[in-house]
Amino acid sequence: MRRLVILGGGTGGTIMANRLRGEYADEALSITVVDQDDHHVYQPGLLFVPFGLADPEEITRTRHRQFHSGVDFLRAEIDRVDVDLDRVHLLDGTVLDYDVLIVATGARLVPEETEGMLGEGWMEKVFTFYTPEGAAALADALESFEGGRLVINLVDMPIKCPVAPLEFAFLADWYFTDRGIRDQIELVYVTPLDGAFTKPVASATLGSLLAEKGVELVTEFNTGEVDGAGGRLVSYDEREVPFDLLVTVPVHSGAAYVGRSPGLGDDLDFVPTDERTLQSKARANVFAIGDATAVPASKAGSVTHFEGEVLTENVRRFLAGEELVAGFDGHANCFIETGFHKALLIDFNYDTEPLPGHFPTAAGPLPLLRESRLNHLGKLMFQWLYWHVLLPGRDLPGVGAELSMSGKEQP
Amino acid sequence: MSTTTIAGVEVDVNDEGFLEDPEQWTEAMAPDLARAEGIDELTERHWQVLRFMREEYFAKGTGPTVRVLGKTSGVPVKELYQLFPKGPAKIAAKVAGIPKPRGCI
Repeated sequence: MRRLVILGGGTGGTIMANRLRGEYADEALSITVVDQDDHHVYQPGLLFVPFGLADPEEITRTRHRQFHSGVDFLRAEIDRVDVDLDRVHLLDGTVLDYDVLIVATGARLVPEETEGMLGEGWMEKVFTFYTPEGAAALADALESFEGGRLVINLVDMPIKCPVAPLEFAFLADWYFTDRGIRDQIELVYVTPLDGAFTKPVASATLGSLLAEKGVELVTEFNTGEVDGAGGRLVSYDEREVPFDLLVTVPVHSGAAYVGRSPGLGDDLDFVPTDERTLQSKARANVFAIGDATAVPASKAGSVTHFEGEVLTENVRRFLAGEELVAGFDGHANCFIETGFHKALLIDFNYDTEPLPGHFPTAAGPLPLLRESRLNHLGKLMFQWLYWHVLLPGRDLPGVGAELSMSGKEQP
Repeated sequence: MSTTTIAGVEVDVNDEGFLEDPEQWTEAMAPDLARAEGIDELTERHWQVLRFMREEYFAKGTGPTVRVLGKTSGVPVKELYQLFPKGPAKIAAKVAGIPKPRGCI
């Protein structure tokens, strides 16, 4: 019997365990998933928590219930991986030997890397909605916010779901309009990028949308310090942005054990990985998926889902001694909530930036890079699809792992 | 792409002024490239960063981001901004003759 060990029971780990369980009999391949806790958070739902549109319990399920039978779930902390000996050491002393390893432990927030972020004001007027606790605390803070400067800030790329802070700005505009105090609120979006987004066409569209909604855009701002007591963000080149309430996205790293595993990760603890085959550069029998990798794709659930199709095939090929397929094209597909029951949709990959047009689905075409109610409904429906189609390892009807140019308008 | 003369040598540069081929770069070009970015004098600290950028580029295929530079170059981020104002990773890459780091996605 061959042994597959999957580190991480989130989106990528769960998809891989379930897809591969379907490919092999229990006697042919053992599948063990390790995670430090048993809470699987539907992370796109965190965006809605601060606005009272979702609560953390409603978007959290147990990890172990998401696995098909025949998948062993081990709740433990990982100490390190020994890629020379094909072995995972857990903190409790357990040793797991593997024939194939999949690293799926995602990204973690490291607010401590930014001077002052965890100092005075943290969770009082400095919040992040990237954790369930942060999102819930921010809901209370927003509710009692009657006027002033609300600053939304991302410190440095890469971050999970690069559009989420933009969505937060759009939803904040809607939220305060609904409460009838929008004219008492200044909304400011502060980014280290040179525009609203990383890719030119979408950056222009999203930049005009911010302007339309009265959100001030501050670009090329590299946050060096958060001064909670003084209510200001300070950049490395000594510019300042004052705030009454700060909603920040802290910098991200890979999982800490990656740094304790010689040869596995890079300087930020992400796993250098072939961007087409998803084989790690550490060893031939080590693969990586989702936010844990250093591939130049967005850190997003849709990317992980599309990677899952390619990685399933490549693990099968690896076990059969066949050549791997260079099948992953960097495909990402993201709804962007813009408030007032509307959303945009973007669809892109390594080579093609998000373009306008329409996106064909089994349920009919969705407008690309344009606000519509249909896209908002798509975003809401996606939560159901996540638990019932994505995680069990099924394909999304009509949506291929590879990007399709059908419906897209060339610039 | 176009060509330009730096320190008496003809090199290929892209629209943003980055050298197309890091192999065309010589140490003699760095002071000229730096002056074009408003840096009048290259100190030993500048050189520490420039050499590190090139080593990283040839080892990994891309120059490091500011955050990685701050963690690994031995020069703290704050000082990097003093040495190369307006974006240390980008400016240092340009002066070191390597492509713009593909930090952001």
